[in-house]
Amino acid sequence: MTKQILKMTVNGQTEEVLVEPRELLVYVLREKIGMKGPHVGCETSHCGACTVEINGKSVKSCTMFAVQAQGAEITTIEGLGTPDALHVLQTNFKEHHGLQCGFCTPGMITRAHRLLQENPNPTEKEVRFGIAGNICRCTGYQNIVKAILSAAAEINASKEAAQ
Amino acid sequence: MIPAAFEYHRPADIRGALSILVEHGDDARVLAGGHSLIPMMKLRMADVPHLIDLQDISSLKGITIEGGRITIGAMTTQHELITNDALHAAAPLLREAALQIADPQVRYMGTIGGNVANGDPGNDMPGLMQCLDATFTLEGPNGTRTVQARDFYEAAYTTDRDDAEILTHISLDATTAGYAYEKQKRKIGDYATAACAVLITKENGVVTSASVAMTNLSDVPVFSEAAAEALIGGTCDTAAVKAAVAAALADIDPTEDNRGPVKFKMHVAGVIIARAIERAWSRA
Repeated sequence: MTKQILKMTVNGQTEEVLVEPRELLVYVLREKIGMKGPHVGCETSHCGACTVEINGKSVKSCTMFAVQAQGAEITTIEGLGTPDALHVLQTNFKEHHGLQCGFCTPGMITRAHRLLQENPNPTEKEVRFGIAGNICRCTGYQNIVKAILSAAAEINASKEAAQ
Repeated sequence: MIPAAFEYHRPADIRGALSILVEHGDDARVLAGGHSLIPMMKLRMADVPHLIDLQDISSLKGITIEGGRITIGAMTTQHELITNDALHAAAPLLREAALQIADPQVRYMGTIGGNVANGDPGNDMPGLMQCLDATFTLEGPNGTRTVQARDFYEAAYTTDRDDAEILTHISLDATTAGYAYEKQKRKIGDYATAACAVLITKENGVVTSASVAMTNLSDVPVFSEAAAEALIGGTCDTAAVKAAVAAALADIDPTEDNRGPVKFKMHVAGVIIARAIERAWSRA
């Protein structure tokens, strides 16, 4: 089937790859662009391990063909922080033990990142509902919720300090 | 997980989309949010040689509210339905229901048009649209026509939409009636074991109008005229709710699956319908 040149911005870098229409975005991100943070945990669009941010939306990249993302701005976990300068969500997941095997973590943090932009002061209930599209097998969620609430408080405190 | 190969089309307008649909007939399908179709393609349960992505067609997007009439473009996402405050003021039932559909990621992508056109009895919007007496606008090679939501569903995955037509808009009257969408499900993102949408208008303590529709309790959404009739003219007391529930249960035909056997579903439906009526009444 007709291949096409796909151009998109991934973590601020322009990427150009040749893709078949049937290639799922998560596959192109992992295998062709080298962003292996987004994971594949299911084939039924439930688990959210493949979550990335596309044009300001949290999207399960296993349920989107890469060609649909033509021209899109994509952020994966690799774009949120670096090992030397972790994103505040990353430091809080570490601090509060919000991960164990780490397989859901890239999707979880990418989703949490979007959630906090839309709702900077979520309640515990809103955090749980807001990450309901992300399944974790290890943590029991409790520490993920703590990490996100703590990150929110930290972001808000630094915003206040800046004002 | 691996879909079969297909040709990808991305028309800029409805005319372009229709011409591809007409050219390829059964071999073409439109792609909206992709959150029912792509999962089916990954399991090779849907064979789609030509996929027509509607994302560039701006006429399919947006919500307008004019003179008490709401028009929603088919490509409007669940996320947009939830976050639109004007829509919430005009028809609050929509946000209540949309928040019970799927999960955040799916709601960013999944569209109202895809939800109502899919034809899966598990989808929540069809019953909701029947409750709201919504009108669907379909555009095909021979022009535009409208169908009432209450007449649209024929069987599981079979609707009144012709293969060469695209569902473009959904329109409905704004309503300040008491409302509720009550849904029993096993977990977040699950289709309903039983769900019920209710609208009730109250004047001088009496029900003056009512609308009751149910989700995933038959191979199509079920609008129960008899349930509404059991409520109208009464005070929504225990006896009236019981009569309405009995009437609604007589209209459904659930099937056994891993959400439970028929007897269980009838029981759950009874509980859910009563709760929906009671909450709608409390808001009327």
